[in-house]
Amino acid sequence: MNLLVDENCRVITQGITGKSGLFHTVQSHDYAKRFVGGVTPGKGGQTIEGFSVFNTVMAAKASTGANASMVFVPPLFAKDALLEAIEAEIELIVCISEGIPVADMLIVKQALRGSKSRLIGPNCPGIIRPGVAKIGIMPGYIHKPGRVAIVSKSGTLTYEAVGQTTALGLGQSLCVGIGGDPIIGTDFLDVLPLLDADPGTEAIVMIGEIGGELEIEAAAYIKDHIHKPVVGFIAGQTAPKGKRMGHAGAIVSGSSGSAQEKIAALQKAGVVVAMSPADIGKVTAEVLGKGVS
Amino acid sequence: MHIHEYQAKELLAQFSLPVAKGYFATSVMEVEFAYRRLATPVAVIKAQVHAGGRGQGGGVKLVRSAQEAAAVASAMLGSTLVTQQTGEKGKVVHGVYVEAGCDISHEYYLSLLVDRSQAKVALLFSKEGGMNIEEVAEKSPEKLIKLYLDYDRGFRPYHSQQLRDRAVIDKTEMPSLVAVIKGLFEVFKRYDCQLIEINPLCVLKDGRLLVLDAKFDFDDNAVAKHEKILSYRDFKEEDPSEVEASKYGLSYVGLDGSIGCLVNGAGLAMATMDIIKLHGGEPLNFLDVGGGATSDQVKQAFRLILREKKLRAIFVNIFGGIMHCDVIAKGIVEASKECGGIDVPLVIRLEGTRVEEGRKILAASGMNIALASSMSEGAQKVVELAR
Repeated sequence: MNLLVDENCRVITQGITGKSGLFHTVQSHDYAKRFVGGVTPGKGGQTIEGFSVFNTVMAAKASTGANASMVFVPPLFAKDALLEAIEAEIELIVCISEGIPVADMLIVKQALRGSKSRLIGPNCPGIIRPGVAKIGIMPGYIHKPGRVAIVSKSGTLTYEAVGQTTALGLGQSLCVGIGGDPIIGTDFLDVLPLLDADPGTEAIVMIGEIGGELEIEAAAYIKDHIHKPVVGFIAGQTAPKGKRMGHAGAIVSGSSGSAQEKIAALQKAGVVVAMSPADIGKVTAEVLGKGVS
Repeated sequence: MHIHEYQAKELLAQFSLPVAKGYFATSVMEVEFAYRRLATPVAVIKAQVHAGGRGQGGGVKLVRSAQEAAAVASAMLGSTLVTQQTGEKGKVVHGVYVEAGCDISHEYYLSLLVDRSQAKVALLFSKEGGMNIEEVAEKSPEKLIKLYLDYDRGFRPYHSQQLRDRAVIDKTEMPSLVAVIKGLFEVFKRYDCQLIEINPLCVLKDGRLLVLDAKFDFDDNAVAKHEKILSYRDFKEEDPSEVEASKYGLSYVGLDGSIGCLVNGAGLAMATMDIIKLHGGEPLNFLDVGGGATSDQVKQAFRLILREKKLRAIFVNIFGGIMHCDVIAKGIVEASKECGGIDVPLVIRLEGTRVEEGRKILAASGMNIALASSMSEGAQKVVELAR
């Protein structure tokens, strides 16, 4: 399963009649004409801003040939929207919705196992191949087609890295916001090999934050399997000890999930870590300049 | 979200899990009455605060008479309990739980929690109960047994066999242990838990199991679905600024510095604190106005920051995606008007969706604002201005 964001993607928006859903469908379609319709149960048959609205994902797919979906459904209903998209065999599902219960995501994860779908998010900015396709809420104009792939847990920090790499003339090949929730559809480990194999990508920027152990797992993987240079940043170096982390949560992760620990693991794996969020672009330029591999 | 021990036990009892008889009390008289109602020779008085390590902090006492119960209660109620988990400030004890004593043979550890990597429910079990489980995990990891349970299928007979083989549990103990695990899993699913930790789970001298202490953590994204859990929320246990922020859908954490931060997105909010520190300043707070904030939310965010006495300067750092810069700008202008002007230096960095509209609103407001074109420029400026 690849990250299907190219000339062939045909996207529908689930929750297209909502305020945010419509706004970002129009924005994304203005950026690159990849949207073919939308879904809102009970509102099928309408046309909104030129997009046909369907009652179900299945009907939308049959009529438009959609292979990707952008999800803007309120959090307590998002589970069913995602299950519907998985059952309809939508290949790429990008879930922007924030605040989905963890239990709902555990059920969605089960449905994803062995399915034909890849889920990005939830609680993420989406995915963009600059100049080619945008499925998400990121401001399109800050991007520039180029050499750097960005994968990040945090939306606004991704924009920061995009802004910096654009200003330095490096541009981006692909930007993937994987989301900051405890349970996500696609994590660093899923995305890194795809970026390593992506011919347009020369360097990878990986942006993480405190909590969980995804970055530690990614560091181990990078060390053995990733050939392109990787630049890292971990947010939360000054964050107070995890207020939300339960007592036993710390045991399962086998670590405290602190920024310091993650930075150390990444450095050990050969990742060049930017200590300031303002230096992500600069460090990437240096790494590319040296041609480190 | 966390709850008190007495509330946790009330929940567990409803699912027929074994807990001792007990009463919650907030006055000395109630404690005495509770002791008499229990009619046991030995009772335990436990401080009800949202923090672990109560025993070592003096928040758990055995009593053998109504007089003794009254004396302990009068010392404990209203006192400040300091434990390893409360920090130096400690927590004021507003209530106690009076529970019947029991004859303990040995103690186990049992917890259920969401495992992020596996996207399953992890079950942790150890025969070394009653101790700090992190120490067990570190010193003798082989004594901590972990099983992954599928969210739909739950705890199956083969899990029970695995647990028995790995932990070496006496056959006679298994049926009641399995019943406890199944009951806990039911509670876990019913109320959208992130964690239920039973430490210790006691084996009594007569062979019965008993939950002696229970800690719950509920999924904040789901808690609105559960009225019962919402009714358990104790605002006295929470930071007042955080409580107020959550009312407006903002996420706020108070810190010790002097530079107020207003940012969109948790990652950028953390990175903003980091960069302020890198430039030699100290952040006053973490504040994420979230994805689709309204002008009113921005206004409330300003109010929260402005009332902090330590405040020397404010840094607004916005990179709009789903959030529109003009909405932020409007909120800032309105907040300033309502507060009769902002009397500390204000540094604003705006970027992203509808940035031009946002900048126009700020320029037209006539407010005294230092605009920054990048995050590092903004951080540098605000640190200088806070000196």
